[in-house]
Amino acid sequence: MEISHADVVDSSAARVHDEELLSVSNVSLSFGGVKAITDISFNIMKGEVRAIIGPNGAGKTSMLNVINGFYHPQEGVINFRGKQRRRMKPYAAAASGIARTFQNVALFKGMSTLDNIMSGRSLKMHRGFFWQVLHVGPARTEEIAHRAKVEAIIDFLEIAHIRKQPVGKLPYGLQKRVELGRAMAMEPDLLLLDEPMAGMNLEEKEDMSRFIIDLNTEFGTTIALIEHDMGVVMDLADRVVVLDYGMKIADGTPTTVQSSQAVIDAYLGVAH
Amino acid sequence: MDFLQSIVVSPFVEMFAYPDFLLQVIWEGFVAGVLYSLIALGFVLIYKASGVFNFAQGIMVVFAALVLVSLHGMGVPAWLSVVLALGVMGLLAVGIERLVLRKLVNQHDAILLMATIGLTLILKGVGQLLFGGEPKPMITEQLGLPTGSTDLEILGGIVILQHIDIAATVIAVLMVIALAIFFSKTRIGRALRAVADDHQAALSVGISLHQIWAIVWFASGIVALVTGIMWGARSEVSFALEIIALKALAVLILGGFTSIPGAIVGGLIIGIGEKLFEVYWGALFGSGVEAWFAYVLALIFLLFRPQGLFGERIIERV
Repeated sequence: MEISHADVVDSSAARVHDEELLSVSNVSLSFGGVKAITDISFNIMKGEVRAIIGPNGAGKTSMLNVINGFYHPQEGVINFRGKQRRRMKPYAAAASGIARTFQNVALFKGMSTLDNIMSGRSLKMHRGFFWQVLHVGPARTEEIAHRAKVEAIIDFLEIAHIRKQPVGKLPYGLQKRVELGRAMAMEPDLLLLDEPMAGMNLEEKEDMSRFIIDLNTEFGTTIALIEHDMGVVMDLADRVVVLDYGMKIADGTPTTVQSSQAVIDAYLGVAH
Repeated sequence: MDFLQSIVVSPFVEMFAYPDFLLQVIWEGFVAGVLYSLIALGFVLIYKASGVFNFAQGIMVVFAALVLVSLHGMGVPAWLSVVLALGVMGLLAVGIERLVLRKLVNQHDAILLMATIGLTLILKGVGQLLFGGEPKPMITEQLGLPTGSTDLEILGGIVILQHIDIAATVIAVLMVIALAIFFSKTRIGRALRAVADDHQAALSVGISLHQIWAIVWFASGIVALVTGIMWGARSEVSFALEIIALKALAVLILGGFTSIPGAIVGGLIIGIGEKLFEVYWGALFGSGVEAWFAYVLALIFLLFRPQGLFGERIIERV
């Protein structure tokens, strides 16, 4: 099926995003003397696709790590769904509705596709430890219900043929897809994608773009993504924030960002 | 020639001449093997989930058994003592996670190993302080475990089966089945495997490392208590058990550090192997081979198959 990106962009441009889901205010992060992020503020509206771009080493991944609690910024606050926080454990971030994928695929390599995606349901399963040990009654019913959700995700991502295979053996493009599936299984309010299309060929990129668009339009998932492929960013994103050397140099719609002099300088260098 | 004959020919002649005795030897070896497997299982659980080589597993067996016996000695009913001993192992697990593992997260493997050696010394010292150093009998009958034996007439002779050994085997099998189901079918089991595979990814899907570590240490504490009861019932509860527990090291090298089936098969191979070797070839080495057979076998494995029989093959894309 051919999806026209132009159509999607048009429709998303028409959508109104007026509820703030996450805001980052004056966040600074340093490792010893190295400043990774300096005084960055931006926000993500509910239901939008927000891209974070910038040259290598601009602090994009660090920013995601701050949002999902892997790093604790020295300064600044993060406000997610109206709750302010500064230090947060990654599992607490996950529990509050933030899911993510990684730049270098971080899957459970020895486990099957199905089990990997099931692991994304960890937080949604509530039956107590002892029920689980016995594996009867409510725990069993619950497991089956979650299995149904996971199967739906597998169908959505068109990976039914690899559901029983250990993911370590899958090609890279499929691993990325399984990783997206695991994040989807968490039914997050905010999905962070760290270079979801890195290392993919054109066809795989088109598939992945389609999944991201569907996720956003059909399920209403808010997405923040880091991506290097400018064509993809311009097509997918509602708004773009541009980082360079840990600082924010532009923020706005793809078109305004693209024409910003600071951005052009950062990418192409300044003429001396 | 004589020497060759005594290695290659006479032992087998003897085996075929008295098959009932051979069977008895194999059974004895099998039962010892079951207990080695159980200790190794405790190691594997912790190693899989946290990459920590828990040197303290042996002393945990002794400690759990001593807690049980001493509680009963103070007049607590047997079954309540079991429950309380489980509670103590649970507290120990949480304590170890809070006070030791949490502080040493992301440290080198060798540092964590040293920490567990320290833990061994602490448990040993505290154990001797609280319970005294002298061996204690296990409260076998009070726990409702069978005693006595059955003479099995087979192959023109008699094989004696101790009832406690049969019980130990059955309980071990049940426990392994329960663990296997737990690991493969439940959320926490999946979380355990997830943590073993990739800490960071596990955190990102909302798995709490602290909780998982406490759970695996508790699980291996349960295994330790069961092992302690069974082993104590065969001989007695003493700190000497800790030395025997080191044989689990050899079992792990045979079976692979990350494999539960490996721990079981490895334990049985070593248990049966060392008994057969002792009985039929032991005289050639002036006896006492049981003490070192396991380690020599492990050495051979290290040379030819370092990942063990069932060790996880590392899948890596280049």
